[in-house]
Amino acid sequence: MSISDRSISYATALYEATHQEMSRDPSVFVYGLGVDDAKGMYGSTMALHRDFGPERCFDTPLAEDAMTGVGIGAAIAGMRPIHVHQRMDFLLLCMNQLVNMAAKMGYMTDGAVKVPMVIRGIIGRSWGQGAQHSQALHSFFMHVPGIRVVAPTTPYDAKGCMIAAIRDNNPVVFMEHRMLYNNQGIVPEEPFEVPFGQARILSEGDDITILGISHMVVEALRAKHLLEKVGIDAEVIDPVSLAPLDIDTILRSVEKTGRLLIVDTSWLHCGASAEIIAQIYERQQGSRHFLARRLGYQETPCPTTRSLENVYYPSAKSIALRAYEMMGNDVASWVPDEVEAVEIAEFKGPF
Amino acid sequence: MVNPDNVADVAALYERIYLIRRVEEEIIRIYPTDKVKSPVHLSIGQESVSVGVCSNLRSQDIVYATYRGHAAYLAKGGNLNKMFAELYGKVGGFASGKAGSMHLGDIDAGMIGTSAIVSTSIPLAVGNALAMRMQGRDVVTVVFFGEGATDEGVYHESLNFASLKKLPILFVCENNFYAIYSHVRDRMPDANICERANAYRIPAKKIEGGDIFAICNAARDSLAAINAGEGPQFLECMTYRWRDHVGPGEDRHIEYRPDSELDRWIKDDQVARLAGMLDAATRDKIESSTNSRIAAAETAAEESPFPDPEIMYTNVYQ
Ligand SMILES: Cc1ncc(C[n+]2csc(CCOP(=O)(O)OP(=O)(O)O)c2C)c(N)n1
Repeated sequence: MSISDRSISYATALYEATHQEMSRDPSVFVYGLGVDDAKGMYGSTMALHRDFGPERCFDTPLAEDAMTGVGIGAAIAGMRPIHVHQRMDFLLLCMNQLVNMAAKMGYMTDGAVKVPMVIRGIIGRSWGQGAQHSQALHSFFMHVPGIRVVAPTTPYDAKGCMIAAIRDNNPVVFMEHRMLYNNQGIVPEEPFEVPFGQARILSEGDDITILGISHMVVEALRAKHLLEKVGIDAEVIDPVSLAPLDIDTILRSVEKTGRLLIVDTSWLHCGASAEIIAQIYERQQGSRHFLARRLGYQETPCPTTRSLENVYYPSAKSIALRAYEMMGNDVASWVPDEVEAVEIAEFKGPF
Repeated sequence: MVNPDNVADVAALYERIYLIRRVEEEIIRIYPTDKVKSPVHLSIGQESVSVGVCSNLRSQDIVYATYRGHAAYLAKGGNLNKMFAELYGKVGGFASGKAGSMHLGDIDAGMIGTSAIVSTSIPLAVGNALAMRMQGRDVVTVVFFGEGATDEGVYHESLNFASLKKLPILFVCENNFYAIYSHVRDRMPDANICERANAYRIPAKKIEGGDIFAICNAARDSLAAINAGEGPQFLECMTYRWRDHVGPGEDRHIEYRPDSELDRWIKDDQVARLAGMLDAATRDKIESSTNSRIAAAETAAEESPFPDPEIMYTNVYQ
């Protein structure tokens, strides 16, 4: 196998990026609950403490609020901390430090200080994660000037975005998804950056634009295959970075297809999907008519039981049906094949 | 005082602790069938804390606990059928499967709720105590949490406020030494949890070895002090989790704690200790009736249907 077609998992890609940056730059360090334990954050921080020592990869007390502030202070003083959270839900305990301090220190000092910090949050799903271990909070952070938000889907982007995030001089909320951790993909071995603010067209098509966020990109690609069977050619876009957002690429696609279906891995109200549609609309100012629909979590907390969880999340099938409907068809006239989401079916938790 | 020489006292404690142990053993047995599709945090090894404390509570008293909440729920007199159905994700559960193992809560049993975000129910318990005082109600609030929860800022803020207002609340720290795989010594310069409570002027007592009688009696004294208007009280109960942090399995292979430490605690098992204090006939009677209750709860959970999708949308707002 040549280096160029080496395939690794999303978890390994994150690990490799972190390892390479820690080797390159002694100011990079990793901390957070469980980063140095036997499970190594599902492999993404595995053994970093052995290679770089306990000073540069360490467990912390359960103290998210203070530990966030400690990271911000260290970042201001010249370090490049990576604070890891096993669930994105725990970022709610970090909110004050991130929003009032990290996002504003650069501005309030008129650039005298910067906060080069990465905040990793893993979104949970399946095996009854329930209401408090399944939330995706990207829209909270997208709202705040001074914070970058990225949500890579492929192992390639996981590695490239992680390196870019570590090198970036701003706080970067790095949103991962538990259901992506075993995803395999081709990733170059040498370090590389995926620049922020560039969306990726994962699969071209002329009929409808389906934009997925995080794990929903995977479901959108499955939906594309279903739609092919009824002659619908979907274009699938992964924004990769949410703040900054590459609205130009999305706009070009929508101008081509005239239809935009956004599938978020979160709720819709005041969410990323609302923002994207508003921006497209503002840019177009009615110059071209386009249809827009959204899918996301049901507007409830996440139920624990599988029977309700299945309804709570969009699926390849529900995405395909919505796209089919947007193409002017009667949804009752098509029953898409069942496609198994293997990463969900095979996940037996517990976390 | 609970008297180890009094057969009735011992039998009452055994009935509760045996139920909890057996329920969790059943969860371990059932788990490979994937009927409980949810993370479970077992209390096996730690039951004496919940049983010892709750044996002193009245039905009107209120308990808050954590995601490791099976023991507290059952010790407080929770409904076994509803608990099993909830674990199975069925409509027969107290939240129709919307809560699951991590969020046991049942107002009828006086256990309001449990949170999977560490330390977050502690201030709610303090709020409950505040409300009880404002309403002039004769209710004591008890909050269970792990030693890991005492790392959090909100814990300290809650203790400070409870003490400031002299609220009728009992803080119960179940110190099992580990937060997931992280030892308390790696999180605190000195695990002086009682001293820290004392710094907020809250009387605190440490009970070694998971000793169920010592826990019972200490809780009784603490509750008496609370009822006498002396304000919050604190118990640090040393205990040990036998199984993995989450899931039904053992965790010796992870090698984060010495086998000898675990073996020592298993040797001091409080369930076996109580069993050994009872005559065979008393013990058999308790065990067989408990096992039939559990079997019935499993059957009821099996037979209960999964919730219809409409149930998902209920109670988002009240
Ligand atoms: C605020 C928060 N941070 C981190 C976690 C992840 N987590 C779940 S349980 C746990 C350990 C808690 O230990 P302890 O309070 O001692 O309770 P135990 O699990 O031992 O009963 C951690 C870190 C969480 N659920 N919530």
